[in-house]
Amino acid sequence: MAEITQNELVTYKANLDVFSGTLQELASTDKTILVVTSDSRGSGKLVPFGQKFPAQMVEIGIAEQNLVGVAAGLASTGKKVFAVSPACFLTARSFEQIKTDVAYSDNPVKLIGISAGVSYGALGSTHHSLHDFAALRAVHNLIIVVPADNFETERAIRLAAQTEHPIYIRFGKKPMPLLTEDPNRRFEFGKGSVVREGNDLVIIGTGETVYPAIQAARRLETLYGIRSTVVSMHTIKPLDYELLAQLASSGVPIVTVEEHSVYGGLGEACASFLMQNGFRNSFKIMGIPDEYTVTGSQIEIFHHYGLSEEGIAETGLNLVRKTA
Amino acid sequence: MTEQELARKSVDYRRKILKYIVEAKAGHTGGSLSCVDILNVLYNHVLNVGPDNFKSPLRDRYIQSKGHTVEALYVVLADKGFFPEADLMTLCKYGSHYIGHPTRKVNGIEQNTGSLGHGLSLSVGTALAAKLDGLSYRVFTMLGDGELPEGSNWEGALLASHYKLDNLCAIIDNNGLQISGATTDVCNTDPIDRKFEAFGWEVRHVDGHDFGALKETFAALPFTVGKPSLVIAHTVKGRGISYMENQLKWHHGVPNPDQYTHALAELAEAEAVLR
Ligand SMILES: Cc1ncc(C[n+]2csc(CCOP(=O)(O)OP(=O)(O)O)c2C)c(N)n1
Ligand SMILES: [Mg+2]
Repeated sequence: MAEITQNELVTYKANLDVFSGTLQELASTDKTILVVTSDSRGSGKLVPFGQKFPAQMVEIGIAEQNLVGVAAGLASTGKKVFAVSPACFLTARSFEQIKTDVAYSDNPVKLIGISAGVSYGALGSTHHSLHDFAALRAVHNLIIVVPADNFETERAIRLAAQTEHPIYIRFGKKPMPLLTEDPNRRFEFGKGSVVREGNDLVIIGTGETVYPAIQAARRLETLYGIRSTVVSMHTIKPLDYELLAQLASSGVPIVTVEEHSVYGGLGEACASFLMQNGFRNSFKIMGIPDEYTVTGSQIEIFHHYGLSEEGIAETGLNLVRKTA
Repeated sequence: MTEQELARKSVDYRRKILKYIVEAKAGHTGGSLSCVDILNVLYNHVLNVGPDNFKSPLRDRYIQSKGHTVEALYVVLADKGFFPEADLMTLCKYGSHYIGHPTRKVNGIEQNTGSLGHGLSLSVGTALAAKLDGLSYRVFTMLGDGELPEGSNWEGALLASHYKLDNLCAIIDNNGLQISGATTDVCNTDPIDRKFEAFGWEVRHVDGHDFGALKETFAALPFTVGKPSLVIAHTVKGRGISYMENQLKWHHGVPNPDQYTHALAELAEAEAVLR
């Protein structure tokens, strides 16, 4: 199992920690920032925030529908409201509040889905969010952002604070290495980041699948001389169509990888654009299949479904061989 | 079963809850220890359900709304013979069906729960079906006190009295704590009894660790003909292990080897007194 090395683990924090740290920084100078929780301050690493800024935190209790409705009301008065709850409950339980009170009424709530995807591993499907891209993509007026590393998370939280429309950001709780050391790195909603370049294959990941995609690209190059472009498609909506068209134009095979159901997420969003715009690249969607998800830790679930260095490399290799 | 026998069983259940949580390196310890005496009385004294009649439409149903404390339920179900206890060695492990919340892949589990605020509506539907079909089974559900702010609970509570579901009994594991703090500090739901009474329920309070009182309370069901019954069980989170009792961090704390040894010693002492 090629996991993130110990060295990398020490160097980088969980995106969750970066989120809570950034929020504290912002709140110290901006008193309009308000964090709203549903018995989720511990899981959100927000206990220190609550101690430092008690007047900028509102506790709702275990009631996620109320959380989102109240957050929308608070946001309507000009406050910068971050509604923080596990992604699974935030996007399933409160779906209509998101659709109507946040998106439709255009109340600029920042919906923060923590412990996203299969971060809760062995707690089972109630605690997994493998539906959120699919459900929320179909809601008009909602930006969907899935940062992959600490840099993207920090930028996303800062930008979200300034965004005057509804936004959903989801991330996990495991330490994530930087995707690149590039000092000129940029981050903009709606603009995918190319973190590695090559002409033989394109791998498009999002969130915590981007790092194994990079590992897979390294493996393919070392073992087979196959060179891959890797993209962190951190914004699921609006999707970066310009980048997609540019990447697809050479006819290179494309693999998408996401911590989400293979239905309705990043992969199908890309496929829909490509298909409807005349591209006929070989194409494979990797994600969690439509079945009762296997029990295990997040990393075990990733390996079970091939969302790993080996699994992504194998899929990429097959696609390249088939296309050649 | 005598109260003495029930008490001995509970010591054994507590030992096993800790054993499998330690083995899995995960679990909801505090809330399992607060509700296990109630589960003990339900499964050994009240519910007409076991491995032999689990497929029967006439069986009593138990639906655990506070799904996170599944370890207590798994241990009791294993004791009732629904599955071999050794299966629990796989709890939360790769490929196991024994995940950290109730799942129907496990024999004896009625409904998949884990997202709070689902058990009462499910139970209302199940109890309503008995009324529609003229069947005599009863439906029991257990909620956490922190779980009560979920709006679905109040929707379910309204409908239960509307349909006069006196075959329904909800139990609140009133241990006073949730994840972030005391339930009264997070979102105060007091007075729970008067709220449910206003919703058309008959309510009784009971010490959730007193086997005699629990037996008596359940023997009195339905508390009023034509009304759903609510049992507010006053419990201690982490009950039975001194350093866990009423301590927030044991909501999902896993004992380290020293703490585990200490806990087993306390349980052995409790058992010795019951001989
Ligand atoms: C809908 C939903 N929101 C949040 C959670 C996360 N969660 C699990 S247990 C818990 C606290 C429950 O407190 P309480 O109901 O009092 O249970 P107990 O004290 O018996 O453990 C929370 C917030 C969840 N499982 N479901
Ligand atoms: Mg409680």
